[in-house]
Amino acid sequence: MLALLVYDGAMKSVVAENLVKTYRNGQVKALDNLSLDVEEGTVLGVLGPNGAGKTTTVRVLSTLLKPDSGHATVGGIDVVKDPKAVREIIGLSGQYAALDETLTGWDNLVMFGRLYHLSGEQARVRAKELLEQFSLTDSAHRPIKTFSGGMRRRLDLAASLIVRPKVLFLDEPTTGLDPRGRMEMWEVIQSLVKGGVTLLLTTQYLEEADQLADDIVVIDRGQVIARGSSDQLKAEVGGERLEIVVEESDINAARAVIERIAGGSSTVDQGLRKISAPVRAGTDSLIEVVRELDALKIHPLDLALKRPSLDDVFMSITGHAAEEAVVSNADQPSKKKKGGRK
Amino acid sequence: MSSVTHSVSDALVITKRQLQQLVRVPEVLIFNTIQPVMFVLLFRYVFGGLGAGIPGGYVQLLMPGIFVQTVTFTLAATAQGLAQDMEKGLIDRFRSLPISRSAVVMGRTLGDGLLNIVVLVVMGVAGYIVGWRPTSSLLHIAAGFILLLFFGYALSWCGVFAGLISKDARVVANVSFLFTFPLTFLSNAFASTTTMPKPLQYFAEWNPVSTMVAATRQLFGFHNTFGVTAHSYPSEHPIVTSLFYMVVLMAIFMPLSVRRYKSANSR
Repeated sequence: MLALLVYDGAMKSVVAENLVKTYRNGQVKALDNLSLDVEEGTVLGVLGPNGAGKTTTVRVLSTLLKPDSGHATVGGIDVVKDPKAVREIIGLSGQYAALDETLTGWDNLVMFGRLYHLSGEQARVRAKELLEQFSLTDSAHRPIKTFSGGMRRRLDLAASLIVRPKVLFLDEPTTGLDPRGRMEMWEVIQSLVKGGVTLLLTTQYLEEADQLADDIVVIDRGQVIARGSSDQLKAEVGGERLEIVVEESDINAARAVIERIAGGSSTVDQGLRKISAPVRAGTDSLIEVVRELDALKIHPLDLALKRPSLDDVFMSITGHAAEEAVVSNADQPSKKKKGGRK
Repeated sequence: MSSVTHSVSDALVITKRQLQQLVRVPEVLIFNTIQPVMFVLLFRYVFGGLGAGIPGGYVQLLMPGIFVQTVTFTLAATAQGLAQDMEKGLIDRFRSLPISRSAVVMGRTLGDGLLNIVVLVVMGVAGYIVGWRPTSSLLHIAAGFILLLFFGYALSWCGVFAGLISKDARVVANVSFLFTFPLTFLSNAFASTTTMPKPLQYFAEWNPVSTMVAATRQLFGFHNTFGVTAHSYPSEHPIVTSLFYMVVLMAIFMPLSVRRYKSANSR
C-alpha cells in the first residue's frame, strides 16, 4: 500500500475490513483481504480494471452478497448481521440500469417509491421531484426501452435516491455511455456530491475517479493496492509533463530548448515527432518554451502541459496498465453477453 | 405498519407492476389468449370427429383438457418473467430494498395467477361459442375454475424456482416448455389413454395433468371417458389427487424459491 490515510476521529459511513470472497470453491478470489472506508459526506472512488473486485465489493456492502470472511458496516450497521437495516439507509445503482423496461419512467419511480413504503401520494410527489431533478420530466411517460443509455442511467440513479439514502453506491455509473451521456452523468453526480451525500463509486475510468472522488482506492485482483487523494496518487508518479510536437527538421533544436528550461533530460518519440519532459514550473515553463521556440522560428504542431493521469498511477504501482484481469471475470461472469444486448 | 402488512403490500406493488406491463405491452396478453383460443378451434374442428358417441360431443371433453394445458404453461411464463428480471438486474435492485424476502416472488405468482383469470374467461367464452356446455351447477363450475387457477398458481411456484436458477430467460422458457408440453399430451387431455402403450398408460394415469383434467371434467358435469383403464386411485379420485399434487408442489417450491431468492445474484 502506498499511502494509508488514517482519519482520526472522523465519522466513517462505510467500513470494510479484510473482506474475502471466493468463487468456484476458492479457485477464483474476487476479494482478497480487501479493506476500505468512506468518511461521512465524502466520495470514495474505487478504481480498478474489470475483474478487480469492484462489483463484488459493492455487492457485499449493499447486502446482496455475503462475504466468506471479514466484516463490514454501513452507517455503523453490520451488513451481514442486520442486512435489512442497512437496506433502509442505502441507495444502489448498478452497472446495468435495473429498471422495468416495459414500464415508463414514472411507473418505475412510483413502484420503487411504494417499495420503500412511501404512501401512493408520497411516491408520486417524490417521482415528480426526481424526474425534474434529473431533467427527465419530458420523457416521464415513455417506456424505458425508448430511453437513451444516459437517460436510463439517470433514471436508475433517481430510483436509488427515492428515500434520500445516507450512503449511495454507484457501480460503474458511466460504463457503456457515450461521451455526452458520461458528461451528463458526471454533472448529476457532482450536484449530488455538493448536496453532501456519502458516496462509494466504482469506475474503471481513471479520469472519472479524478473528477468525482475525494479519495481513491486502487484495487487489483481483490486487493487494495493504493489509497489516497487524486493529487497524492499523482504526486507518487511525478509532476506535470510538457509535450511538444514539431516538424522533423526542428526536433533537435526544440529538444535543446526544452531540456534547458526543464532542467533535465527529455524523451523523444521520433515517429510522432513528440518531445516530452517533466517540468516543475508548470505553465511558466510552457510560456518560456513557447517564447524561445518562437524566437527560433520553430512552430510547434502541438503543445500540451499534461498532468499525469491515473493511468500513469496504475502503471507505476502495478507495473502493468489498467487492463482486464487475466483470470476469468468471476466478478461479472455474464458481462459479455449483457454488453452485447446494449 | 406491521411487517406482515408490509409483506402483503410489497407483493401487491410487484403484482401491480405486472398488470401495468400488460397495459404497456398489450401484445403479451393478446398472444396469451390467442394461443389457447387457437387450440380450442383446432382441436374442436380437427379432432371433433373422434367424439362420436360422447354425449354432447368431443368438445365437452376437450375444453377441460385445453383449460388444464393452458394453465400448465403458467410454469414457463413465470420462469421466463423471473429470469428476465434476473437478467436485467431488477432482482438485484429489489434485493437491495428494505422489502420482505418473499414479496417479489409472491407478487409475481399472484400476477401470473390473475393473468390466468383473464385467459380462462376468454377461453371459456370461445369454448361456449363452439359448443361447450357444462351441465353441472354454477357452484361446481366455479369450483372447477378455482381448481384450475390453483393448479396454475402451484405450477407458477415451480416456475419461480426455475427462473431464479436459470438466469437466462430464453433458455428457461424453452426448457420449461419442453418439459410441460409433452406432459400435457401424455395425459387424458385430448385422447383416451387406453390406446397408449401400457407403461405410458400408467404414467398418464398418475400425471397431474390427467388428474386435473379428470377433476375438471367431473366438476363441469361430464363423465371422464378418457382413461379409466386401471381403475387406479388417481382416476377414481381425481379431485383429491389433484389437490394433493398441488399441496406437495407448493410445499416444496415455495420455501425453496424464497430461499433461492434470498441469495439470488444475477451477476
